[in-house]
Parts: sequence; structure tokens; C-alpha cells
Amino acid sequence: MDIGDRASVLSTPWVEKYRPVKIKDVAHQTEVVAALEQAVERGGGNLPHLLFYGPPGTGKTSLALALVREIFPKEILSQRVLELNASDERGIRVVREKIKGFAQGAVGQAKVKDGKTIPSFKVIILDEADAVTGEAQTALRRTMETYSTVTRFVLICNYISRIIAPLASRCAKFRFQPLPTEVSFNRLSMICKSEQVTASEDLLKLIITRTNGDLRKALMTLQSASRMVPHGSEIGDKEIALASGEVPQELLERFRSAMFADSSFENVQSVVDDVVLGGYPADGLLHQLCDLLVEEDYAELDELQKSALIMKMARAESCLADGASERLQLLDVGARGMYISKSRENSSSLFKV
Amino acid sequence: MKPNNRGLLWVDKYRPGTLDEMDFHLELKERLEGMAQRADIPHLLFHGPPGSGKRTRVSCLLRLIYGPAAEKLKVEHRSFKVGDPPKEIEMTILSSIHHIEANPSDAGFSDRLIVQELIKEIASNAPLDVTAVRVPFKVIVLHEVDSLSRTAQQALRRTMEKYSRTCRLILMADSLTKIIEPLRSRCNLVRVPSPSEKEICDVLQKVSKEEGFELPDQFAVKVTKACSRNLRRGLLQLQSSKMDNYPFAEDQPVSRADWELVCIDIASLLMREQSNKRLLLVRTRFYELLTHAIPADAIFESVTMELLRSADQEIAPAICECAAEYEHRLRQGQKAIIHLEAFAARFMQIYKEYIDNQYSMLIDDD
Repeated sequence: MDIGDRASVLSTPWVEKYRPVKIKDVAHQTEVVAALEQAVERGGGNLPHLLFYGPPGTGKTSLALALVREIFPKEILSQRVLELNASDERGIRVVREKIKGFAQGAVGQAKVKDGKTIPSFKVIILDEADAVTGEAQTALRRTMETYSTVTRFVLICNYISRIIAPLASRCAKFRFQPLPTEVSFNRLSMICKSEQVTASEDLLKLIITRTNGDLRKALMTLQSASRMVPHGSEIGDKEIALASGEVPQELLERFRSAMFADSSFENVQSVVDDVVLGGYPADGLLHQLCDLLVEEDYAELDELQKSALIMKMARAESCLADGASERLQLLDVGARGMYISKSRENSSSLFKV
Repeated sequence: MKPNNRGLLWVDKYRPGTLDEMDFHLELKERLEGMAQRADIPHLLFHGPPGSGKRTRVSCLLRLIYGPAAEKLKVEHRSFKVGDPPKEIEMTILSSIHHIEANPSDAGFSDRLIVQELIKEIASNAPLDVTAVRVPFKVIVLHEVDSLSRTAQQALRRTMEKYSRTCRLILMADSLTKIIEPLRSRCNLVRVPSPSEKEICDVLQKVSKEEGFELPDQFAVKVTKACSRNLRRGLLQLQSSKMDNYPFAEDQPVSRADWELVCIDIASLLMREQSNKRLLLVRTRFYELLTHAIPADAIFESVTMELLRSADQEIAPAICECAAEYEHRLRQGQKAIIHLEAFAARFMQIYKEYIDNQYSMLIDDD
């Protein structure tokens, strides 16, 4: 490794640096890993069209890239693989021209090189396929079938519901599971060791629970936190809280007690002020509050009241996703929460919208 | 002080040029310094309310990474030929030899194309000899990422990863909520909270000392209260208050932006009388604001806050609910005036009902 290489390695995000290279390196997704390994062993000839779906950070893109790397030798990789993601132009014209053009091209017979069979097809990886317009997906249907002898598709998406049914039914579907704690834990501690980062076991577990099985997010959090401390010293809770961008517990607690205990609108207003001016994300606050409500029992709230409040929060969250004002939505939730916690007897009015 | 600084607004004149001159967020300063030292900064996402000092911190960080060369900025109006069929889009771009700044949301619904074009262009001009420079990448600063369309944010996802060897992105946004999750998880989050009231007060005093005028504590506090922890607004208010009347009188009001005064006026109109005639009057006020290019969401927030301040606590939940509802509809709809007016009418109804109830209860008691 020369110095130039070192410089660029130094600045690559760990997410890229530790992206699995081999199919078997992809953590936890045993079902799809086994299926693909078998397909590759047999020369890849009977590979179907693939559709990978699942939450972010579970290894979909990594697996697709590892797959093509194992099927094709490095020299012909760029001739045989077309990778398209939401960053590229993907309207209907591209599907008709670029994808079709690439798919049409013939490739040589399957041949054996260095003891490995190079199959006689090309692969098109459509990353973030749920962002492809419905129109363009429809245009893809026929292309997939017509050229299936020379081209295989790998579609990758978060939500299978956004892929039109005719397209989904043409592929072998694989669901990617959120990573269980111990798998993520092993990965993180391996990376800690090779990056010479000191972090306690509990801390790594904390990162994992906070990121809900999204390995990429966990790694990003770890890397950002590790930059905040001098090289070699231990990472603490404080750094993790900063790096993950979550709303501090203390603020959550204040919001909760302003709604239920003190029931004063002024307090609600001042907490909302602190959240918005503090630069904390309103949707994050709602998510964390929801977790809190589900997990813990409060003397002030019975089950019915809780559900009413969560319904209100769900509405607010959807409005926020549409781009509504954070301050107004949070005030609305806060005021409604006050009203709900007060009206214990009158349960029919709780769900009034 | 350089002589050519005389005509500047105080906001620009006293903008810190280096991290050492920062007056607040000292913990953040250390974090940024640490980052700059290691020369392997990740993609960064600065988020915080307006007037909290995001941009100032970004330019200081750039200076720390690249040295003074990052401050020699050049303004260009460039036209990009993008899309299919190609069309020309004009963009104003600030650039130095090491970095480039743009506000892609200006491009309207072509923002996605601009983002892709910009990054591809910068990333393909990587420094030839990475050993010669300390920092082997360029930086692209994108402003107001939260007003980028969803598709443009989607487009950033993979592009960021792909070109991470040769360029880094620094994104700036008012709020994280409007940024899609995949983008958040690819960046190192830097939260820049609004300065506290005390910090703002201190800065105002410091500026008054350097400018050499008398700022009574009482008036400084008044300005601080009026600016809702937005330092930029606070400094502007102080400067224009000084233009209004100096030395400051004891009962002198803080000079506010005209649109805020109109919003306060609207709120009081709504409180005082609830009738068709009043609604028409309020409508003309709303129109006035909109024709002066005041964003409708700002009007919504400021009127609601004013109403909450003066109305009874008992109807506060109802006010919040209708404000939140109509503001949300505003995002989905096209014509701002309809939603503003609907809000005003609904408020009148709520308020009148409440007053009538109070009144009849009073009579019953008798």
C-alpha cells in the first residue's frame, strides 16, 4: 500500500471500508446467503432474477455487490454489470434506452477460467428500486422477460409494497431481517479492534439498541463518536448521544410531565420551545416518546388514554413527514396530551378527531 | 477594524472568522477542531434553528481545514445544462479553490439534477497528487437541504457514498425532520442549538462596546426577549433600534420587522371582534403579507403564537389543533391565502363559542 492509498483509506467511512466483500461475509441473512452461495457454486447459470427487500442497513446492497464480484472476474466486471441507483437518471426513457440497450447486448458462451465458470449473462443492479416510478417499472416488465437469457436483474428496495406486483412476481424474493444484537455486536467489536477504538461492551450494546438493528447507522454512530475523543481513549455515553442525534431523556421527561403531571400549557410551550430552538428533531421526539409510552406504565394514564395519545402522535408524525411546522405539531400533541390526561372518566371524547 | 468595514451590517461585521473568536457553543468548537486536525472529516450535517450560527461555524471549519485560501470566495452565476430533454438552469455558486457552496433548492423541481451534476463535476476533479495536499478531498457545502425535494434527497444517498473518496458534503438544514432517514444515517450530525438568552445578551453587549455606544442592560434584555433566541435577528433589531432613537429611551419599543407587526395586528383584530366584516379585513392583511413574499408558514406560526399569548389557556388546545391542521393543509395545497383565511375563520368560531359560553355561565350564576 503506498502513501497515496493510505491517505484515501484514512478518509473512507468505515461503512465503505468494512463493506463485506464475499457473499459469506454478509452477516446474519443465512437464507439468502446460502441460496446465493449455492447458485454461485454451480457456476451461476441458474441464477434467477432477484429482489432484495428489508430495512436499511441490513446488507442488501453489500450482498448484491458481493454476488457480482464472485460471479465475474475483476477484468470484465464493468462490462457485465450495470449498477443504477436513485442517484442516476431513471425515468421511463432510461429504462427504454439505457437498460434495454444494456440488456440486449449479447455475451459470449459460458467459459471456464481459473477453474471458475463465467456464466453467459450480464447483471443489472437496480438499487433503491422503490424510487423508480411506476411507469418505468411497467416498462421494465417485458424487458426482464425478453432478455432473461442474457441478463439478470437484482432489484433492491426497502418497501416491497412500492414494487408493482407484476415485477415482484418475476423475481425470487428475499427478505432481509434486522440484525439481532449479537451479530451486530460481533461486527462492531471486530471493527473496534482493528480501528483501535476503545469502547465497553455495554456501550456497543447501547449503540445497537438505539439504532434498531441498522448496522450502517450503528457504524456511523460509532465512527462519529470515536472522532470526538482523543485517539485511544474510551468512548462514553455522552459521545454516543451526540453522535446519534437523539433527544435527551431529560427533555422527554419534561415534555411528558408537562402534559400529565403539571398540566399547564405554559410548560408545554416552554418545552416545545426548547426542543425546536435546541435543534432537536421533532419526529425523533415523537418516536422516543412513543417507545417510552409503550414500555412503561404511568399512573396518570390508563390504556385507553395512552392509545388516544399515540393516535394523536401518529397523526402529527405523518403531518411532519408532509413538511408541516414542527412547533405547531408539537404544541398540538402537547395540548391534546394535557386534555387526554385530564379527561379520565369521559372516555368517549378521547378519540374525537 | 479595517476602514472598509464601516458600512457593513453588524451581523456581518462581527461574524467570527475563526473558531477561536466564537462566543458560545464552546463544546462544539472543540469537536470541530478535533475533526479538522485529523483531516478525515466525514460527511457532515449541520442542523439547528435559523440564527444559531450554522453557517459561521461551517466557514470557520473550512478555514481550519484548508487555511486562508478557503476564504477567497468567488461568486459565479453558472448555467447548467441538465436533464432529458436538456434545459438550462441558472445557479449562483460560491466557490474557492477547495470548496464550493450552493443552494440547490433554488432550482425548484430541477434540484435533483443540479445536485447530481454538481457532485459529479466536483468529484471528478480530484487532486492529481493526493500526497501533496494535506486533505485529499474537496468539500461541497449545500444550504437548506431540508427544502430539497424528496427525490433530490434520494439522489444524494448513493452519490455521497460513491464519491466519498474525493469529496465531502457539508449539508445545512434548519430541522432534521425534513431530511430523509437514509441521508441522516450517512452523515455525522452536528447539532447547533440556538444560543441561550444570556449568550445573546452578552454578544449584544460586546458589539455595543466595540461600536462604542451605550447599551443599558434593560434594553439589551428587551431585545433578547424579542428576537426569540435568533442571534441574527437580535443584532438586526439592535441596529435598527439604534437608528430609530439613540440614546435608548426607557420605554422605547424594540424595532421589529414590519411583517411581525402586521401579524400581531392580525391576532388582535381576531381577538377583538368575530364577524364577516372582520374576516374580510383580516384577509386583506394576509394578502398584504403574502404579496410582500412573507412565507405562509412563518405567518401561521407568528399569528398562532400571538393568539396563544393573549387567549385564555382553556382554549389553547383548540387553537393549537386548528393551527396545526390548517398549516398541514397549507403544505399539501397550492393557495396559501385559503388556508390562512380558513384558520382565521375557525379561530373566530372557537373564540366566539367560548366567549358565549362564559357569558351564559355568568348569567346562570346570577
